[in-house]
Amino acid sequence: MRYAMAIDTLKCVGCSDCVVACQMENNVPIGFCRDWVTETVDGSYPNVEIELRSERCNHCDNSPCVRCCPTGASHIEDGGIVLVTHHKCIGCGACIQACPYEARYSHPEGYVDKCTFCIHRVRKGDKPACVAVCPTKCMYFGDLDDPNSEITNVLKNRKFKSLAPEAGTNPQIFYLI
Amino acid sequence: MQKPDSASEHINELVPMKTRRDFIKISALGLGAVALTAGSGRMGLGMPLFGKETGPDNEGDVLRRVPTYCEVCFWKCAGWAYVNSEGRIVKVIGNEDDPQCNGRLCPRGTGGVGMVYDEDRLKKPLIRVTENGKQTYREASWDEALEYIASKMKGISEKFGPESIALFNHGSAGHYFTHLLNAFGSSTVAAPSYAQCRGPREVGFETTFGSQVGSPEPTDIRDTRCMVLIGSHIGENMHNGQVQEMSDAIDKGAVIITVDPRLSTAASKSKYWLPIKPATDIALLLSWIHVLINDEIYNKEYVAMHATGFEELKAAVSKYTPEWAYGITTIEPELIRKTAKEMADAAPAVIVHPGRHVTWYGDDAQRSRAIALLNALLGSWGSRGGFFMKEGASIPEHHHPEYPKPSWSWPETLNGKYPYAKMSVTNAFIDASIASPENKHQIHGWIIAGTNLPMAIPLKSQMLKALEELDLVVVVDTMPTEVTGYADVILPECTYLERYDDLRDSPHRVPTVALRAPAIEPMYDSKPAWWIAKQIGEKLGLHAYFEYDDYKEVIDWQLNQMGSSLKELEKTGVIVFPRKKGSPYLDNSQPHAFTTASGKIELYSESLAAAGFDPVPVYTPHPEPEEGFYRLIYGRAPMHTFSRTANNPNLTDLMKENSVWVNPRVARLWDLENGAYTYLKNQDGVVSSFPVKVRITERIRWDSVYMVHGFGHSKKELSRAFGKGANDTELITNVMIDPMMGGTGMRGNFVTFVSNMDQNMKEVES
Amino acid sequence: MKEELFVSGRNIPNIDPYLNIWHWQIPLYLFLGGLAAGILFFAALFTIMGKEKEMPAAVKKAPIIAPIALILGLIALFLDLKHKLFFWQLYTTIRLESPMSWGAWVLMAITPLSMLWVASYMKELVPGWKWKNNLLESFEGFVIKYRLWMAWMIIVLSVILGIYTGILLSAFNARPLWNTSILGPLFLVSGMSTGAATILIMSKSKEERRTMSWIDLLLIIVELFFITHLIMGMKAGSQVQIDAVSLFLGGQFTVSFWVFVILLGLVFPAILEILERIGYHIPVVIPVALILLGGLMFRFIMVEAGQLTRYLY
Repeated sequence: MRYAMAIDTLKCVGCSDCVVACQMENNVPIGFCRDWVTETVDGSYPNVEIELRSERCNHCDNSPCVRCCPTGASHIEDGGIVLVTHHKCIGCGACIQACPYEARYSHPEGYVDKCTFCIHRVRKGDKPACVAVCPTKCMYFGDLDDPNSEITNVLKNRKFKSLAPEAGTNPQIFYLI
Repeated sequence: MQKPDSASEHINELVPMKTRRDFIKISALGLGAVALTAGSGRMGLGMPLFGKETGPDNEGDVLRRVPTYCEVCFWKCAGWAYVNSEGRIVKVIGNEDDPQCNGRLCPRGTGGVGMVYDEDRLKKPLIRVTENGKQTYREASWDEALEYIASKMKGISEKFGPESIALFNHGSAGHYFTHLLNAFGSSTVAAPSYAQCRGPREVGFETTFGSQVGSPEPTDIRDTRCMVLIGSHIGENMHNGQVQEMSDAIDKGAVIITVDPRLSTAASKSKYWLPIKPATDIALLLSWIHVLINDEIYNKEYVAMHATGFEELKAAVSKYTPEWAYGITTIEPELIRKTAKEMADAAPAVIVHPGRHVTWYGDDAQRSRAIALLNALLGSWGSRGGFFMKEGASIPEHHHPEYPKPSWSWPETLNGKYPYAKMSVTNAFIDASIASPENKHQIHGWIIAGTNLPMAIPLKSQMLKALEELDLVVVVDTMPTEVTGYADVILPECTYLERYDDLRDSPHRVPTVALRAPAIEPMYDSKPAWWIAKQIGEKLGLHAYFEYDDYKEVIDWQLNQMGSSLKELEKTGVIVFPRKKGSPYLDNSQPHAFTTASGKIELYSESLAAAGFDPVPVYTPHPEPEEGFYRLIYGRAPMHTFSRTANNPNLTDLMKENSVWVNPRVARLWDLENGAYTYLKNQDGVVSSFPVKVRITERIRWDSVYMVHGFGHSKKELSRAFGKGANDTELITNVMIDPMMGGTGMRGNFVTFVSNMDQNMKEVES
Repeated sequence: MKEELFVSGRNIPNIDPYLNIWHWQIPLYLFLGGLAAGILFFAALFTIMGKEKEMPAAVKKAPIIAPIALILGLIALFLDLKHKLFFWQLYTTIRLESPMSWGAWVLMAITPLSMLWVASYMKELVPGWKWKNNLLESFEGFVIKYRLWMAWMIIVLSVILGIYTGILLSAFNARPLWNTSILGPLFLVSGMSTGAATILIMSKSKEERRTMSWIDLLLIIVELFFITHLIMGMKAGSQVQIDAVSLFLGGQFTVSFWVFVILLGLVFPAILEILERIGYHIPVVIPVALILLGGLMFRFIMVEAGQLTRYLY
């Protein structure tokens, strides 16, 4: 089992519903976030292109955050989901430094927090909150090891990229382009 | 111009009051209400040594779900509010059975909880009093506040008649106060959603097809093959169903053509982006009509079957060649032909979108009519992939005695102007509230429910003049918005998640009703609008019109009439009914009775000609910015609604201020730095109250600047929104009124940059 | 024009503009760790070489600083932790891939060793010192007997500790400025240099000072060589590394790096020591203070600047 996410940049309108839905679902305090939206603009008027991306932890296969954790709080769950066990985390900040995607932050309660792929929902068979709420349905979530899953199909049929592949972390969030 | 914040300073300084109705800063009297901790209230403390592992706080808690429909915007998506065991609403999720949202709320709906837990909410009824020569508010009991209103209303009614009490409304609260005024003998009711927003398109489509577009728009986007957006920025305006369907259309490979001086998000997803010179849209539309007719690629069968006036239209547009339009719009003739061909190829599964906020240049009804004509020539009205025939649920009206007939109503406030206004015109109400020989009737009292007038209607000086003369101003709202500072009485309404409201009836492909039930009890001393209206009614002796103790009795009665019950809807939230009116699409094999004078689609309008208007739209040049000035274009951000969400803690977290978009060429000229702050000054010398962040971007033309509407709040009580960004409405002092329907054209304002206001800037920062 | 911006969810004060989760505590911790490693390295080295007599300051006096520095460093590290009550989780597991774990365990070992080392010399350092406890007295005897063994342990651990202070940063692939393996040796040498400087100022023996001064000069030259190596390696690297090192080459850390670290912290003390060598009288406190200050600045600048650098995508 290998959970992954694909996000269609051709459909995303950057509305940030994923951000607020995550904050609500996971009780992320105001002023913090586990996912965020970026915009890149290229060209000059009127030949301009923009790309909108909903970003979050890439649940990398080769995850530097897990390696550098001195206590084992950062670990990999079944399905490749990278998690932080709150009561093992000492808040040393090493994993925050280790993440090329800057996907982790220090929760006001002290531990390091990040996207969990909504593992509590996924275990019940639901989609992560961001995927479930997206008004443009631009996000796909599923098991890459399942040849019939929606995400496997969408990655088979579409061109895609991942972010900062040169960082060598083998990220599992794919952007359809 | 007097800025509200500077006016409010006077309150603190103990100067004699300058006007009858000074703008009051509510916190001046130090409301002692304890701010309940909002969503962020769990900061700081360490957790117990053996805490939970990784799950959210709600995990393991049994959440109770309560049906609601959203009130953050007018789309009114149905959803479920989830309440935890501590009685706190933890999230709102879309109702999967609701065709308006398909289980997916937009960011504002998802963050709607922030409206409930915003600690800046209005908490107690307030009454304006004068103490030691200065005006202030004092807390009052509901009974006292309502008694005050009722006695004032009686007084005004005795002197001037009940008609001279007007209602400004937006959203769910409007219905109850309309009912109250109707029962009292007034139908002087207006909403800014007409003359400041979608009025022109309703006139443009009605004079063509005999039907208005209405809300939600009956656009069949999910099945369209080609959608044309004229300045409409779906995706930035988060009209949920439309955004969802546009995404479906993109998946299905539909062609999107976007006409916008700015690379909107929708434009970036379009096959064709036409970066038009602002204020020249009619020229482009006429030229498209010309190409369709001249190249004979219009929908001939449809036009022959359903339309009248084709020859007149053909003659009228014969001169509008793409080459002619190129000189006006700067859009290449080839591109005009090519896009017209795309539309014709997709017809009738094509939508030339009517837009929503269309009060731009004062000839907006005519521009909307040009859009309607284009749709008529393509045969999209009544076609799959075009516009469907919507159907609503018929919710029976709760029994009440017949309303007394008012001796005059809103049409009399127009003083013979705006013959095509089918709904009341807010700005005409404002004019009618100022003594003038022109006015046959004067308005003497305002009830304002759910609309922040100073940020919704331009021409604030006129509004201030009216406020000066009024005998009663009542504001019903959840938040201390700008308009509350002008009220005699402020009534704290509870939010949508704390109350029952009317069943939602949103006409669409299928009829539906949705229920809003309270997820929690009203916080503070706030009350639902139905209760407020009923209590005023009781005090006015109108009990017969309010024969219920709780509004859920009305809802239950209505549902029983429709073969359902409150109990059932509390379980499902939404009922979808089968259509009664047959197919949502026209049968093109036989004539259809359009509700125009001729019974056909009127490509040439005799009625417009008779009323002295152009029977076919014509292009009129509009003023252009002088050197050093840039056209002010405004729009929406997907995470905010108007000016009402700028203080919502969850939504401010997504976007806390607007920025002014400036082309890099312009930025160089003015030495503007990306991310720096600047003041804006308009052609009439009005300077923005607050500095706004500069965003240097290639997404905007060099003759225009762009900003998101709804920021730059001047009420300090809005702790998160105060002073954040610029308020476009205060910079709109040149308003071009649409002579057909009274709409306030607001895109003829030009701004320049004022950065040497360092002193002022520091004050704001401190 | 290319534009990159956050639409939402970021640019909020708690997270952005960059994730500078490490403030003064970490660079101070790294500096104190390096200093202790340097001091203990020389104490052990000269003990193993059998030069306790010739190098009294290095072997006996300066090591007093080591446990103090280590404890202060640990306090700084503890202050950096955001979830402090759970710090003991560090000692429930050994994670070979995590430099932070290495550091925790090395400190756990070297800190008591350094205390024992100092304790074993207490009687020589403080005339008339007594342990006032028979058990302690006999334990002292035991420690003194195995001093050489202890020296071997300390020399290994001090090298690991010195390198660790650099590896802690260089292990972060995500921070291009740090992500170079030269940082380990560089921080080790820098730590040894600060240690040597500390010994230098504490020494009363002319001969010892002469030796330490030589060693320090040599370390400074090696350090300068490593820094050149660092910069050239970065310049020859990928775009993110070029961008990273440009913080020192025209970027916002240019002045602080070249003035405080290179000139005042390395070149200037080196010149002073050479001048002293060829006969000029220079108060020893000046080069020593400059070296210590330079070493501290170096770590502050590296930690601060490194947190600004990131992957571009």
